Amino acid sequence: MEKKLYTLIVHSENTAGLLNQIAAVFTRRQLNIESLNVSASSIEGIHRYTITTWTDEDTVQKVAKQIEKKVDVLQAHYYTDSEVFMQEIALYKLSTPAVFANPEICRTIRYYDAPIIETNDVYTVVQKAGRTDEIVSLSRELATFGCVLQYVNSGRVAVTRSSSEQVSAFLEKLQTLSEKKI
Amino acid sequence: MSQYISGAEALMQSLIHEGVKTVFGYPGGSIMPVFDAMFDHKNDFKQVLVRHEQGAAHAAQGYARVSGEVGVCIVTSGPGATNTITGISDAMLDSTPIVVIAGQVGASFLGTDAFQEVDFVCITQPICKWSYQIRRPEDVAWAVARAFYIARSGRPGPVVLDFARNAQVGKVEYQPASIPVQRGFIPVPDTDANSIVEAARLINEAHRPLLLSGQGVTLADAQEELLAFVEKADIPVGCTLLGLSTIPSAHPLYKGMLGMHGNLAPNVKTNECDVLIAVGMRFDDRVTGNLATYAKQAKVIHLDIDPAEINKNVHADVAVLGNCKQTLALLTEAIKPAKHTEWIESFEPLHEKECQAVIEPALFPKEGPIKMGEVVSMVSAATKDSAVLVTDVGQNQLMAARYFRYTTKRSMISSGGLGTMGFSLPAAIGATFGAPSRTICAFMGDGGIQMNIQEFGTIMESGAPVKIILLNNNYLGNVRQWQQLFFNGRYSCTPMVNPHYGTIASAYGIPSQAVTQREDLPAAIDKMLSTPGAYLLEVAIQEDENVMPMTPPGGTVSQMLPFDSIQ
Repeated sequence: MEKKLYTLIVHSENTAGLLNQIAAVFTRRQLNIESLNVSASSIEGIHRYTITTWTDEDTVQKVAKQIEKKVDVLQAHYYTDSEVFMQEIALYKLSTPAVFANPEICRTIRYYDAPIIETNDVYTVVQKAGRTDEIVSLSRELATFGCVLQYVNSGRVAVTRSSSEQVSAFLEKLQTLSEKKI
Repeated sequence: MSQYISGAEALMQSLIHEGVKTVFGYPGGSIMPVFDAMFDHKNDFKQVLVRHEQGAAHAAQGYARVSGEVGVCIVTSGPGATNTITGISDAMLDSTPIVVIAGQVGASFLGTDAFQEVDFVCITQPICKWSYQIRRPEDVAWAVARAFYIARSGRPGPVVLDFARNAQVGKVEYQPASIPVQRGFIPVPDTDANSIVEAARLINEAHRPLLLSGQGVTLADAQEELLAFVEKADIPVGCTLLGLSTIPSAHPLYKGMLGMHGNLAPNVKTNECDVLIAVGMRFDDRVTGNLATYAKQAKVIHLDIDPAEINKNVHADVAVLGNCKQTLALLTEAIKPAKHTEWIESFEPLHEKECQAVIEPALFPKEGPIKMGEVVSMVSAATKDSAVLVTDVGQNQLMAARYFRYTTKRSMISSGGLGTMGFSLPAAIGATFGAPSRTICAFMGDGGIQMNIQEFGTIMESGAPVKIILLNNNYLGNVRQWQQLFFNGRYSCTPMVNPHYGTIASAYGIPSQAVTQREDLPAAIDKMLSTPGAYLLEVAIQEDENVMPMTPPGGTVSQMLPFDSIQ
């Protein structure tokens, strides 16, 4: 089966130890997590994980189900790149003398529309938000100039393109269910 | 009126609130406040002191498997806790509801490598349904209620409570807790009405349907629903190892056990049926053999409570999610009555073939050493096929599974998924507490008995009436069989030099008899069953008997030794 980069979006309770358990599902199948982001979600008290991994659909489907099976995980879904809006952010700490010495560096930064968020005599910090390919390409170009002191990438954050909100619908259904019980 | 009590006493109240009748345990430093509280509750629930914490976990499993109630064990921190890990893993793979309560060092010592501190929550996370550390006495009622709820709900499984010492001694105003709807734990998925319609259509159109019954039927208590379903549609049934006793052995639609050492007919027919209906089973590799050649011709209908089982190993053309007690009933309503006489009759020649080549020689040998199958069959008959079978792991397990017969549900307790040697003795002890009115027959080999032989002490102290049948071939028989078949007969570390088991049993006050001659066997079995309490029947069996038939590992399910040769 064809391998692709899949984005998993997982919603869970905010309980300690869940990250371990979610990561363990990948480990058992010897899957590398390419990027991982954990943050609050739009729903109070609920956390969301955005995880990317290279694999085939058959495997990612099983991974999503096994994550969803964990107690305190609400839902786990997987998406291809065409099904999500995604962004990541990268920070580049560059040597200021190197930047001044080579005007090509500034031209490249401008070309990529990457703002400079700090500069002093020693270093200059450039920020680039965008898609993975843009960030990778900027990283490659800066690397050829030999001016990069540090580089960090946030990993992907993504929201779905779908018009329906699966987690909200799930919570509404549960709400009616528990009201019926009372 | 509520009053302040210790966290340990709150645990007692919570256990009573959950209806716990028996706990298996072993005390130690970090759990002493709990055992101190237990001293005042000897009349509220039975307290069984085991001889090793692994025994406590397996006893809780045996209790749960035979009764359908949650099994409970209480152990101390550190080694006490880690000794239960095999039992927890076993319960996870075999979907057995147990709650393991382990002591833990006080919260202020956590993370300091304190005496008998181990990160038990972290260790057990991958092998249980839920693992939680109680750090405050205020959390006891809630955590225990949630633990029991999770252990018994949906697909059952083990839950771990790691009980910090300060939470055991701290005071709390106890209020019984109940668990509301959980957004992070949906025990039973919704059944899609379309899936019932679609499954019924396939079943109605089927000419050669075959049903595979797994332990899910037992866990859902759906044995009657299963019978109603297969009788209406006239569908032959094969059982997985843990699915045994979901249908009476003598039922005309019952066609035998599935899998590597199962019966020839249901295995061969798996690759001939047109519709395969899998109920509460998970297509384990010991059932399917090579997936690439497994039931490729069939439309597969998979009934399961766990969505993660659907399409995990075998693609399901129709997945019916939900509790099979309900989904089987819905399907029974939706299908038309049918007759599949010709198809069902086609099982008979295969059964005959297996009888002649394997079963007759195994059960009715004329001469030579005693064989495992004849012992199993004779014990089963002597109990009128109404006893509970507990097995260890290995040849004793497979032979017992093949030749024991069932008239009663919940009669088969075996470590199917994890394959834990040493499981049977403590599990059988647990089963005697879970079903005190039934006869519990535990079959084990000379390897497995020694893996938890210390539990003879538990039998001595508690009086647990376990009928122990030791099939002694002075070998680790199943490994020896594989060495013979697949490793050129190089018997590496499989011959066993054994102690005198009768002497060991007598030291624990357990009456015993050793049988070496076939003609002594019937009387010895009668003696075992008529002697009140526990009994050890040691039978010297043929040293190099193999369990047959057999699908070699990774082989095609329908091609079994000795009928087909190894490719």
